[in-house]
This record gives sequence, C-alpha cells and structure tokens, in this order.
Amino acid sequence: MHIDLEDLRFEHGGALLVKRALRLAAVGETVTVAGRHPDLTVYLRAWCRTEGHKLRQVDDSGTGYAGIVRGPAADQRWCTAERAGRADPRVIGAVSDRPSQRWGLAGRGALVEAGSPEFHFALDRKMEIWSGDAARMYAQAAAAQWDPATAVPWEAAFDLPVEVEDAIVQVMTYLIENETAALVVPSRFIAQMHPHFREVMQLLAVQAADEARHIEVFTRRALLKRKELGLSTAGGQASLQTLVDEPNFAIAAFLLSVLGEGTFLNLLWFLERFAPDPVTAAVCRLAAQDEARHVAFGMSHLREHLEASPSLAGTLMNAVRQRHESLRHTAGLNTEVFDALVLLAAGSWDCADIGRGHDAVSTLVREMHSGRKRRLLKLRFSDADAEEMSALHTRNFM
Amino acid sequence: MNQNPLLLGAVAYDPKVVTIWDGFQNYFDKCGLEFDYVLYTNYERQVEALAAGHIHVAWNSPLAWLQSERIAGKLGRRAEAICMRDTDRDLVSVIVTREGGPVRSVNDLKGRRVAVGAKDSPQATLIPLYHLAQCGLEPKRDFEVLLFDRLVGKHGDHIGGERDAVRALVRGDCDGACLIDSNLLLFAQEGTLPAGSVRTLATTPEYDHCNFTVMESRMSSSVELFRKLLLGMSYEDPDVRRLLDLEGPKRWLPGRTQGYHLLSRAVDHFGYLDEFTAAVAARCT
Repeated sequence: MHIDLEDLRFEHGGALLVKRALRLAAVGETVTVAGRHPDLTVYLRAWCRTEGHKLRQVDDSGTGYAGIVRGPAADQRWCTAERAGRADPRVIGAVSDRPSQRWGLAGRGALVEAGSPEFHFALDRKMEIWSGDAARMYAQAAAAQWDPATAVPWEAAFDLPVEVEDAIVQVMTYLIENETAALVVPSRFIAQMHPHFREVMQLLAVQAADEARHIEVFTRRALLKRKELGLSTAGGQASLQTLVDEPNFAIAAFLLSVLGEGTFLNLLWFLERFAPDPVTAAVCRLAAQDEARHVAFGMSHLREHLEASPSLAGTLMNAVRQRHESLRHTAGLNTEVFDALVLLAAGSWDCADIGRGHDAVSTLVREMHSGRKRRLLKLRFSDADAEEMSALHTRNFM
Repeated sequence: MNQNPLLLGAVAYDPKVVTIWDGFQNYFDKCGLEFDYVLYTNYERQVEALAAGHIHVAWNSPLAWLQSERIAGKLGRRAEAICMRDTDRDLVSVIVTREGGPVRSVNDLKGRRVAVGAKDSPQATLIPLYHLAQCGLEPKRDFEVLLFDRLVGKHGDHIGGERDAVRALVRGDCDGACLIDSNLLLFAQEGTLPAGSVRTLATTPEYDHCNFTVMESRMSSSVELFRKLLLGMSYEDPDVRRLLDLEGPKRWLPGRTQGYHLLSRAVDHFGYLDEFTAAVAARCT
C-alpha cells in the first residue's frame, strides 16, 4: 500500500492518513509514505517508534519517502476487549443478567478495553432493576417535561380568604418535604446502579428531575402570597426518613412508588379538584401527571422482579409491617394538613360545607386505600395480603 | 518482608515514577520475583550506588550507562546492559530553526545563539552540540549556547528543558534549538510549536537511550529472572499494558551497547565525565 501526503505536514493532519493506511494493512505489511514536506521523515521516525511500528527505506534526500512496517501493538490492545452487551435492548442477550464491573461507565454495546478499572456499582443484577418498559417510559417522560415558568399561570389574579391561603401554604409545605424524599430516594439509587441498565438509570434521573420541578412549583405557590412556609412535623419526617434510609432498591421502590406515590396520586387529583385558585390547580395537575409515570415504572419493574423471584413478595410484605411498627408511635398525617384538606374541600367555614369537606377527605382516604389495594392485586398479592398491606401503609400518605 | 529482594534503582524525575515502580513491584511479586526499588534524586548518586553494590540493577539514562561502564572499567569490573525498551533504540535528535527566519542551513548558526536543554541531557544538549561540532561549529566558540538547565542530575529526563528551548526559539530569543525527535512531535501535537513554525536544520545519527544496567561478574538468578520477566511481557496482557503505557514501550528488548558510541564520543569531546568517574572509582576501590 502506498500513500502520498503531497504537501501536507505529518503533524498537521498527515498522521491521520498514515494511521488510516496502517489500519487497512495487516501486521507485518509495509505501507510506503511519500510527501514533499522536508521534515516528513523526522516526524515519521519519532511517531513510528512511539506507536511500535518499524520504519524502513528512509529517504531523507529532498522528497521524503519511507516504508512503515505495521507493528502489532494496536491489535494487541484490542484483541482481549469485550463488547458490553448490545445497544438495542430488544436484541436477545443485549442486557446482561450481571454486567461486568469493568464495563464501568461505558455505554451498553461499546467495545471495552481489557484492563479498564473495576467499578463498584452495588445494583448490578438485571433481575432487581430491569424493566422491559423502561425505554418506552423514558421516552414518554422525556417528551412530557414541562417548564415551570410557562406551564403554570403564575400571573393569574386571585385573592383568597386568609385562612384558605394559610391552608394552601400548609398543604404546600407538606408536599414539598414529601417530594424532597421522592427526589432523594431515586437519586441515591442512580449512583449505585450499573450504567449498563441505561434506560432505567435515565428514567430514574428524569424522575428526580420531575421531583425537582415539583419542589420548585410547590414552593413558589406557597410563597405567592406569603413570605414563609408552614409547619413540618416530627411524625411526618419520621415517616419519610424510613424511605430515605431504606437501603434495598426493590423495597424502596415499592414503598415510595407503588404505595407512596400511588397514594399521592389520589391526593394531588383531590387538591386539583378542590383548588381555590388556578395556580394551585395547575401545579397539582402537573405533578399528578408526572407521579402517574413514577407509579407505572415502579409497578412495571416490580412485576418483573416478582415474576423472576416470587420470594420477594414476602420481603415486601415484611417491609410494610416493619415500617408500620417503626411508625406506630408517631402521629402520622399532621392535623394541620388534615384540617387544611377539609377546609379546602369545604370551601367555606359554613357548618354544612365543613361537613361536606370532611366527607370528601374521608372519601379520599378510602379511595387511597382502594387504589393501593388495586395496585397490590396487580402485583399478584392475595386479596387478604393486599388488604393488610394497604391498611398498614403510613398515615402520612407517602 | 524478604530481606534480600532484587533491588532496583531509579531516578525520580517525575511523580509518576512511584506509580510505575509500584506497579512493576506488584507485577513481579505475582510472577514470583522478590523486588523492591530505591529512588534517587540524580543519576550520579544512583551510578555510585550501583558501583558500591547498594542496588543490584540501575534503570540508567544513556549518560549514566557510560558513567557506569567507565567506572566499572576503572574498577576492573564489567557493566552490562541487560534490557531496554523498544523505544530506547535508534533515536535521533534534531536541530530546528524558525520557519522563515534568517537561518537556512547549519552553517548559518555561526555567530548566533542555539538553545539546548539541561547541560547533562544527552538528547537535548550533548549529542546535538557534538553533531554541530562535527559539522564545524564548535559550541561557545562559533555560536552562543543558551542553556535551559532544568533539573541537572536527571540527564534530561525532565521534558521542561527542551520545552523551554523551543519556546525561546519561537519567541526569537535564539535562532536554533536542540531536542529529541519524539519531543518535536509531541510539541507539535500539544501546540507548544504551532504547525509550520519550525523546520529541521539537521538530524543527528541514531543513538540508543536508557537501559537496565548491572555491574557484576555474572548475573545472579534474580537478575536473570528479572530480565526474563521483562522480555516476556506482552502488550496483549491488560495488566502489563497499563505498566508499559506508563513507561512508554510496546515491548522490552535485550540490552545492546553499540548505540552509545555517539554519546561516548560527545562526552569525550566535551570532557564531561572524567572527573566524576574518577572520583567514584576512587571511592569504590
């Protein structure tokens, strides 16, 4: 093989042409290089030495000319490389049951050089993480992102009675700390997840971004007419702490997404329905749409995990019982939030309205229970177990 | 800890030297060779340590090889170069000038200023200055030498002297600069030398660079194993490749000494080694 660099300097792009020619040559084969630049052979000699090629037939007189015998180093570097699964998850065997820790941060499907450093991703078993729906759900989530600056009618004119505004501020304060838990929990697991499970990692990242927006809009609604937030109770935080401290991905996903966010769906739609102003209605509606996706993913990957490992059902049941036991002596939902929900549903301090408001909140709690039970039945828990687990779910809702 | 491991001396010209030799220690340990290393701040101290028997093997610069060889000769012993990198063979140095500048040929350097590296650098000072002398231009007599004396004692292993020399050339502080061909390529790749800013006036004959030196009447079994393990290293092995990439070669080759004649003539020409080799030989007698 022969290439002519003409007037191109070796160090000014000529190296690319030489490398290309050598890639096409076999080890031991000679590629002859010619060029008109007087320093060509000076650079070629140095380059061949560092790359492990042999330089022969050097002619330094005027027009540069040299033969390069291709060395084996490049082939040696890649002959023990390993392909990290396949990029398309639909290809059979594309997603490894337990990817090598040495595949590290490489994209799934990349050719990974042997000797890459070993990472320590604790979540590295497909069975515990993967959902066949993850790619579709991620695409859906990415397409459904909304801009807090424009999606909410922040400039809408309204003026609520002082105590109704107080109730909104209190509910928003409660929502903020719950959404913070929902941001922290998946974020913690993203950092532990093997990047081989790219679609799940991306989905959880979007989930965390969703929660960041929820925190923003709930905070902004609370401060729309006030300078400070409302009350945060010890009981509420104790309930959320059990989620944040949960080290097991499946249990955390079950408690947070299936039971917690599932319950929150009812709450957010309730708030949207009884919202006394358009801003509250909008932020609750937008958050509920996102939360529905989070619940769907939790259900999807847990259904697959439970099918692969039926004993997980007992683990999840025990987790619900343990959480209930650890929260037995806490207050559950704070009375300020409960009272605020009643007032918002009532719409006034009129006795009859307050009675109807109380009925609405009682209905909400029943709907939350039936919603949880329905999801548990979908995960193939028995009717009795689903009834018990739903009943034991935290009174703090999340 | 084994009390009698094979002890290698190396010069700490860069912090990565620790990473390199820790890696080799780990590799040799897996291969059954008890190995340890000592770092020196300069080659002269290492050469004397080898002559005095404080270390078994020295990872020597070409100048340190000549020092060891001549001291061994004065002591009636024999120095042997047992192994070297593939990248240690057939190097050349170049004398470059600014493209478009007043210098068109080596002879045009007469009466001008030429930048070099550290005074003990074979590749950036001793060999190219000797080459210019062979071309009829005696340093200091026929042209001024602008010395970038970075880290004397490290025999030019530190790249800083050569980088300073070419920067001086680009700035116009001198009309010629001396450096090894691989650094010319590196400086072009990293942008220290903008494309087309310099051109080569002269290229020296080929010479060899570092080697592992022993100074014994015969190789001990541990030195033989050390050499065998080096020569057996394959770039295919990812653990080995990591070490080779740090040190530069694609493979190790048997040592050879015919590539040091040029440097030997250069140091004789400049009378560079006599005082040091005589003093060490006297102390080791």
